[in-house]
Amino acid sequence: MSQETEGAGPGAGLRRRGPEAGVALLLLTAGLVVIYDSLRVGIEWADDGPRAGYFPFYIGCILVLSSGWNLARTLLGWRQDTKMFSQWSELRDVGAMLGPLTVFICAVPFLGLYLPGALLIGFFMRRHGDFGWLTTVSVSMGVPLVFFLIFERWFLVPLAKGPVEAWLGL
Amino acid sequence: MDEINSLMQGFGVALTLPNLGFMMVGLLLGILIGVLPGLGGANGVAILLPLTFSMNPTSAIIMLSCIYWGALFGGAITSILFNIPGEPWSVATTFDGYPMAQQGRAAEALTAAFTSSFVGALFAVLAITFLAPLLARFALEFGPPEFFAVQMLTFCSFVGMSKEPPMKTLAVMMLGFALAAVGMDTVTGQLRMTFGFTELLKGFDFLIAVIGLFGIGEILTTMEEGLAFKGKSAKINFRIVWQTWGQLFQYWRTFIRSVLIGCWMGITPGGATPASFMGYGMARRAAKDKDAFGKGNIEGVVAPETAAHAAGTAALLPMLTLGIPGSPTAAVLLGGLLIWGLQPGPLLFVEQKDFVWGLIASMYLGNIVGLFVVLTTVPWWAAILRIPFPVIAPVIIFICAVGAYTVHSSIFDVVMMLVFGVLGYLFKKLRYPLAPLVLALVLGDMAESSFRQSMLMSQGNVNIFYANWLVGSLMAVAIFLLFLPAWGALKNLLRKRETNAHLHQ
Repeated sequence: MSQETEGAGPGAGLRRRGPEAGVALLLLTAGLVVIYDSLRVGIEWADDGPRAGYFPFYIGCILVLSSGWNLARTLLGWRQDTKMFSQWSELRDVGAMLGPLTVFICAVPFLGLYLPGALLIGFFMRRHGDFGWLTTVSVSMGVPLVFFLIFERWFLVPLAKGPVEAWLGL
Repeated sequence: MDEINSLMQGFGVALTLPNLGFMMVGLLLGILIGVLPGLGGANGVAILLPLTFSMNPTSAIIMLSCIYWGALFGGAITSILFNIPGEPWSVATTFDGYPMAQQGRAAEALTAAFTSSFVGALFAVLAITFLAPLLARFALEFGPPEFFAVQMLTFCSFVGMSKEPPMKTLAVMMLGFALAAVGMDTVTGQLRMTFGFTELLKGFDFLIAVIGLFGIGEILTTMEEGLAFKGKSAKINFRIVWQTWGQLFQYWRTFIRSVLIGCWMGITPGGATPASFMGYGMARRAAKDKDAFGKGNIEGVVAPETAAHAAGTAALLPMLTLGIPGSPTAAVLLGGLLIWGLQPGPLLFVEQKDFVWGLIASMYLGNIVGLFVVLTTVPWWAAILRIPFPVIAPVIIFICAVGAYTVHSSIFDVVMMLVFGVLGYLFKKLRYPLAPLVLALVLGDMAESSFRQSMLMSQGNVNIFYANWLVGSLMAVAIFLLFLPAWGALKNLLRKRETNAHLHQ
């Protein structure tokens, strides 16, 4: 990460201050939620000892203070801060992984683990690799099959299944 | 020599045929995990943990700890041959390991790395063998305030010792505590921070967090760095191994230094990664020829590997004796102990002698066997990295998803894994350390209950934390470490003022 800032070309990218402030704000909000909820369940002393919010309340306070400090530092140095988070091309690569990954995770509640897993592997092999259909299909079907044998048959740990597995009678 | 007797009994437990088998399986899986990007000691053990629920705890912990040793060994292979650290603690190994491979001395570098790992681990296990029973006996006297003080010391040392900004360390640590508090409060039975979601009743499982933060987060960062697996090939033959071993004797000072750094960093929860950097830095500072480092100096491989392995092993000492893990992987193993119904802590040494000494004996065996396994199988592991990334990456994601699902057979956990994954990526990019988050998530409930019990004992009076010399000194060291960064910042500020004042005169 060098001192490069704006402009087009391969060197351009996202500055660090945005994500920095975002994450600090996220943690700050989390701290406020913890404090709010601790106050709800009670932070004081009951007949039988400290109430449920007694300990988390302090945790929330320290979280708010520390992330508030981080947020303030980022905001105060907003103009001077020229550090890079990532270059756009790098972020595109991350997106190329994060996109299909998110689709995969969203499909799991409906289709179980096996079929989305096979599709994910197949998608990557076709999109980012130069594999023929035969290799793609055999690898993408083979990996979930091996997992099926190891988990369900050998260790007797059932994995999430969807309508397709039900239709196959597994 | 009680320890020797117990250790011999431990060997009796570990040296059964099934346990040796589990050891081999664990080592091979561990090396595989160490070689693959995105799978590491912590999340590898987390993913495999559910498969061991039905096993006998001793066999299970032997297998899981061997996965850990294997991962420690495996990380060095990718660093040296491919310049890609398979594990964070082998980053320092790339500095001199990869240049050596480029010069065609890959076999020498690998032998040096594995041997140093072995030496580091061996001394750390020796330390465990003789220190752990003492510490456990001592800790039997501990009450809730003492335990809270030790936990406080653990967390404060993260703030004081870590290289990351202290306020960020503090923030993620508190996030970990907050996440640990979600769900039913075990004392009052009240629901905390569930906001009506039934999925949150059980709280956040740290295994999911580990798989997401370290697994998915790691894959995302690897994507960014771009993956060109252009590796050197390696063939190790006996002659080179023999020659390198002969050569290594002259570095005994480096070994001793790194072992001490490693043991210290492992017991106080610094972990293997900072230990490896410290080991490298100290070796360089002490060397006559500083310029040789970074250009393929064998000492630059010896120093970080010894320290990393010593730290990784020593991290199990506080885990077993106090129930406080010294590293994220030790934290996952601790979670395993709890699931198998074993309460880590001083009583473990009294009540579960077979288990404890079987584990310690397996550490000796695992590292000896591991050294030979890894020396003989290097070419295969290097070949695995030649599998194209478009195949490896989705397979690793699938493995992570399966691992997250099997913890509680819950699909919600798979979704949470993705959330933790994105968080892990952001945290890594913004220099928020992950280890304190995981440790706080694991120890959160324990720390809270010892704090509450102490408060009950004293009826809400904080002075119970300096009621006797033991609690008092633990707390004093903790507070000192907590404010160490502030002191450093203050000194810098004063120095700046002074120089400014001089300039104005």
